[in-house]
Amino acid sequence: MPDTHFYRYDDYDRALVRERVEQFRDQVRRRIAGELTEEQFKPLRLTNGLYLQLHAYMLRIAIPYGTLSSRQLRKLAEIARKYDRGYGHFTTRQNLQLNWIKLEDAPDALAMLAEVDMHAMQTSGNVIRNVTADHFAGAAVDEIEDPRIWCEIVRQWSTLHPEFSFLPRKFKIAITGSPNDRAAVRVHDIGLRLWRNEQGEVGFEVIVGGGLGRTPMIGKTLRAFLPKDELLAYLEATLRVYNRYGRRDNLYKARIKILVHEIGAEKMREEVEAEYAATRHSALKLAPEAIDAIARQFAPPPLRPKRTRVPEVEALKLENRAFALWLKSNVAPHRVVGHAIVTASLKPAGAPPGDASAVQMEGVADIAEAYSQGEVRVSHEQNLVFPHVAIEALPAVYRALERLGFAEANVGKITDIIACPGLDYCALANARSIPVAQSISTHFASLARQHDIGDLKIKISGCINACGHHHVGHIGILGVDKNGLELYQISLGGDVDFGNTALGAILGPAIEADKVVEAVDALVATYLDARAEGERFVDTYRRIGAQPFKERVYGNP
Amino acid sequence: MEILKEEPLPPEVPTLVLPNTEDVMKLGDRLDGVRLIILDFPKFTDGRAYTQARLLRERLGYSGELRASGAVFIDQLPFLLRCGFDSFASAERGFGEALAKARTLFSVVYQPTGDGRATANELRLARRSAVAA
Repeated sequence: MPDTHFYRYDDYDRALVRERVEQFRDQVRRRIAGELTEEQFKPLRLTNGLYLQLHAYMLRIAIPYGTLSSRQLRKLAEIARKYDRGYGHFTTRQNLQLNWIKLEDAPDALAMLAEVDMHAMQTSGNVIRNVTADHFAGAAVDEIEDPRIWCEIVRQWSTLHPEFSFLPRKFKIAITGSPNDRAAVRVHDIGLRLWRNEQGEVGFEVIVGGGLGRTPMIGKTLRAFLPKDELLAYLEATLRVYNRYGRRDNLYKARIKILVHEIGAEKMREEVEAEYAATRHSALKLAPEAIDAIARQFAPPPLRPKRTRVPEVEALKLENRAFALWLKSNVAPHRVVGHAIVTASLKPAGAPPGDASAVQMEGVADIAEAYSQGEVRVSHEQNLVFPHVAIEALPAVYRALERLGFAEANVGKITDIIACPGLDYCALANARSIPVAQSISTHFASLARQHDIGDLKIKISGCINACGHHHVGHIGILGVDKNGLELYQISLGGDVDFGNTALGAILGPAIEADKVVEAVDALVATYLDARAEGERFVDTYRRIGAQPFKERVYGNP
Repeated sequence: MEILKEEPLPPEVPTLVLPNTEDVMKLGDRLDGVRLIILDFPKFTDGRAYTQARLLRERLGYSGELRASGAVFIDQLPFLLRCGFDSFASAERGFGEALAKARTLFSVVYQPTGDGRATANELRLARRSAVAA
């Protein structure tokens, strides 16, 4: 078993997780015995990851900063087999959802998770949620510092926070350590971006009040540069202001973005800074030893530089077109010479995005052990990532992924669709998402065509809560309900990558489900006709505007 | 209603009853001589009084009795205790026994608050310096 190159629980972390499982076991017992009403029980189960869905309970397991060891992944497969129907669904928040859990089994499933230092705490409910990060952290070429060090510090601070366990609404934090933001930090309640200032010091840009949902907003920078050791003081100050002043009269106006919008970024900054001034030198200030102790555990694996030109890779490239395309779309540069970051696509043509069976999870764990230092990442685009693969191992990794059905060369392409669970599972949804994603991915299955179309992100949400992030899709698709009919509203021009955060604009009237593929086809055709050299879909849209796309989809008025 | 507190006070103590919308930082001389403050939980999901409690204890140095009242249930106890509450008005059955257990339900805490408990990080640092010595 390879050593992990990320945070390992110590006996304090383990004790807390075990005690939490036992507390929840007692709460479930009291619920089943009728000592707790459903109203009282609901926030307790939610903060232990247990949702009530359309057909059954769903358990949402936290994968902090999207990082898993192969051992942890094997345990997830075991839990999916034992307590669910043998598969799970990786989400846009780097979590794993099991959709068919029984209430009485939940404490045992959580106890099994605890065996591999995992939990489902705060994956739901009005609390600080599982903290997300760049899925290329610790391997990316452009990284200033591994954001997961800070995610772990925030994870500990936010776990069972006594003051912030009954917030007005849920609270999501994301951290990136690269100038090319892969963690969507501007659309989170708090986004943190590590950067180096002119004095050469590394600190955080603190972005507050972004979010999608029914009122999409891009976050405001409350502080351009925050010293790293004062992170918790600043977070606690921000959460305190939110806990005091965030709206509680209307569920839909309760997120921090609405508070920032209503009082203004200036006033918000003033309140947070005043609170921060009072606590920045308190026990919340992080001791250098405490930071170092966590940072050391994220020390990169000892990779030695290797060959970058490997004859076997070159030969296979010529022989196998799909492999050549896969190298282009699914393999990214690594900071160590002769290595690469490989993305396994959980979006094979026609399959529900983000699903993996227990067998597939175990297959991924095998690949990680053989070729990626025993480590796997979950991306917010619902794919799995092998962060540390030698270039000479790429043919073997490709073949292994092919056997699992995860070798589709479509990362970043039109079939690499993000979709929420939608009406097939979710009690909130107005419309189905997964079948729409499946029909688009079947229609555009040709890899050559996908690579010709180039980078194009389609994001689908089954309702206005926007779990499929449709606002930031190059093409966004939103399911709406019109008099009992499932219709789909299309928006164009959203973006969330590399600091170009933008919200999409609605193209026109909502259309019926069986017209969605046709409409996407028309959008793509418009782009292919109009694109200039090197332009992506979204670049062409920005240059020529919505009108040509609109005419092609809806016809001339 | 069952009132549970760790040290019973005589009935006519100077008392302040505050809604959870009150800005405790602006109480000024209304705090003078007060020995009991009652904070309200209109719904148990409304967590504003946790912040009020911490500000009273940690920022304003209030050391009298601090009572949680309203929708106060067993499962909030670990949080309430950490925020400085030491007295509870709760109608829930079994609350007394739960209070006795609540302090030891979690042997580890991560956040520094005014309750004086050593955080996991403080214990880790102490352990490391003991090993180093």
